[in-house]
Amino acid sequence: MSEIAVQTSGLTKKFGDFVAVDQVSIDVKRGEIFGFLGANGAGKTTMIRMLCGLLKPTSGEGKVTGLDLYAESERIKQKIGYMSQKFSLYNDLTLSENIDFYGGIYGLNPTDIEFKKNQLLADLQLTPWRDKLTGTLPPGFKQGLALGTAMLHDPSIVFLDEPTSGVDPSSRRAFWDVIYQTASRGITVFVTTHFMDEAEYCHRISIMSTGKIIALDRPDNLREKYKLPTIQSVFVHLMRQASTH
Amino acid sequence: MGKEKPIVISIAIKEVLHILKDPRSLVILFLMPILQLVMFGYALKMEIQEVRIGVIDYSHSPLSRELVDSFRGSEFFRLFFFEGEERDINDLFRKRKAHAVMIIPGNFAKDLTRESLVDIQFIIDAADPNAATMIRNYVNQVIMNFNENRNDMIPIPFEIRGTLLYNPDRKSTYFFVPGIVALLLVMISALLTSITITREKETGTMEQILVSPVRPHEIIIGKVLPYILLAFLIGIIILLIGIFLFQVPFEGSVMLLLFLSTLYIITALSLGLMISTIAPTQQVAMMLALIVTLLPTFLLSGFIFPISSMPKLLQYLTYLIPAKYYLFIIRGIILKGSTFMQLFLPTLYLSIMSTVLLVISIRKFSINLER
Repeated sequence: MSEIAVQTSGLTKKFGDFVAVDQVSIDVKRGEIFGFLGANGAGKTTMIRMLCGLLKPTSGEGKVTGLDLYAESERIKQKIGYMSQKFSLYNDLTLSENIDFYGGIYGLNPTDIEFKKNQLLADLQLTPWRDKLTGTLPPGFKQGLALGTAMLHDPSIVFLDEPTSGVDPSSRRAFWDVIYQTASRGITVFVTTHFMDEAEYCHRISIMSTGKIIALDRPDNLREKYKLPTIQSVFVHLMRQASTH
Repeated sequence: MGKEKPIVISIAIKEVLHILKDPRSLVILFLMPILQLVMFGYALKMEIQEVRIGVIDYSHSPLSRELVDSFRGSEFFRLFFFEGEERDINDLFRKRKAHAVMIIPGNFAKDLTRESLVDIQFIIDAADPNAATMIRNYVNQVIMNFNENRNDMIPIPFEIRGTLLYNPDRKSTYFFVPGIVALLLVMISALLTSITITREKETGTMEQILVSPVRPHEIIIGKVLPYILLAFLIGIIILLIGIFLFQVPFEGSVMLLLFLSTLYIITALSLGLMISTIAPTQQVAMMLALIVTLLPTFLLSGFIFPISSMPKLLQYLTYLIPAKYYLFIIRGIILKGSTFMQLFLPTLYLSIMSTVLLVISIRKFSINLER
């Protein structure tokens, strides 16, 4: 298994005349928590969707887990997990039924699904909720369950598209604990966010503006480089700079 | 290969769970068609009954009364003597007191006994042209019987005696009940599937499925399977009610009808799927499904209006209406006892139609991944 989880060069996506992602080149290492920061419409989501195979790039090259974005997108799907800002479980099904379904569409066999279900519910302390409707679950538990469900097939990379938007601060904190655990198991975490405090938790962050990456480094390096105390202030500084150009 | 089947079944199981977890919708799904069938079945009648005829009798003779009595013998007519003037007839029609007026001339009895020709005038309200034509036909028949009974000396050179097959009593219920079944099946099936994919697009779960290795055809087939079963059950219920409640005779093979009904259901479900790949929201999908099924089936399938009397352009359009083919099939099997070989052509059309619709759905669906 290659040590590079995601590699792109000159990756571009155009919608008509609009360039959503403009010549983006990144290298993400295995086990890294890689953050994508940017205002709404900066191209974060488009970037993630291209890497997941939901969108075909217009030009440029990309490899995910060593597989080519164009030629091997079906094989990529087997190796990645994805969680979007929208809650992706069925509220009218029980926790157990949701897990059965998502395990099933990845082609896992029923005994594996059962084993992973028990493990996941135990980890999240949701075992008593097993046969309750997902819609009745308290909001704080939903993100964790959605992430766990997105990782039933043991992906080597997970893509999280604003996973914590609309989640209260303490649940966000708990969710980031899960992200750390995930990364410590060697799973690469690719995350977009617009919470600046969350950016500090990432191993490396890239800041996007109008489809381009305008900064990419470790959070501490970025703070040092711009001589600013927080990523929040770095971000504001960079955005001002970008808009004056 | 070994992997493909379970994925389709996982999707189908999930879809069944959605259906079962919503018992209210399920009840509506079964009750709605039953109510509609009963309502339509009793309301849709083409036979004219109780035609009121006002009689102005200037003859006042036993013969003229004999003529009036010959009308009274028929269950279609209710006769009453009208004492007013001829110019008051309009008033009769406008107040809907009469559908027709018969004027018997004063010389009626005299001329008839002299064996010369007599004219009786009939004035018929043709505000409803179909009814007017029917009234005229019935009236002609009664007059003909009257003439024959009165005088069978005069040899008639030849006579046309029609034999009515398959529906000798000309009950319009026999004709309409299969039509209502066709209408309800296409409407419900298209509605069922049209919302399944749009619902998942709205909630965001579709994205989650699309990042998985599931292929478009697996999603589509997995989603259609449970609905085939559901629509089939609803179909059987409305067929049973149609046949037993309205006592429509059943001449043909039940198995053949069930088999071809399933084909029709699949066509309608595919239509709903195609709609759901285009429609952005559930509401739009539902509206589209209704627009595409309800009116065209009503107007263009031959359900009520004969296709052969439509303008040419509309006649071409009817080839696109699945119910048109199903009507051939269901009327053929129920009323005439048609066999599979006799229904081969409409069956072929329906198969082609459902295949095309399914392929378009899968294609459209794959393109949608791009958005």
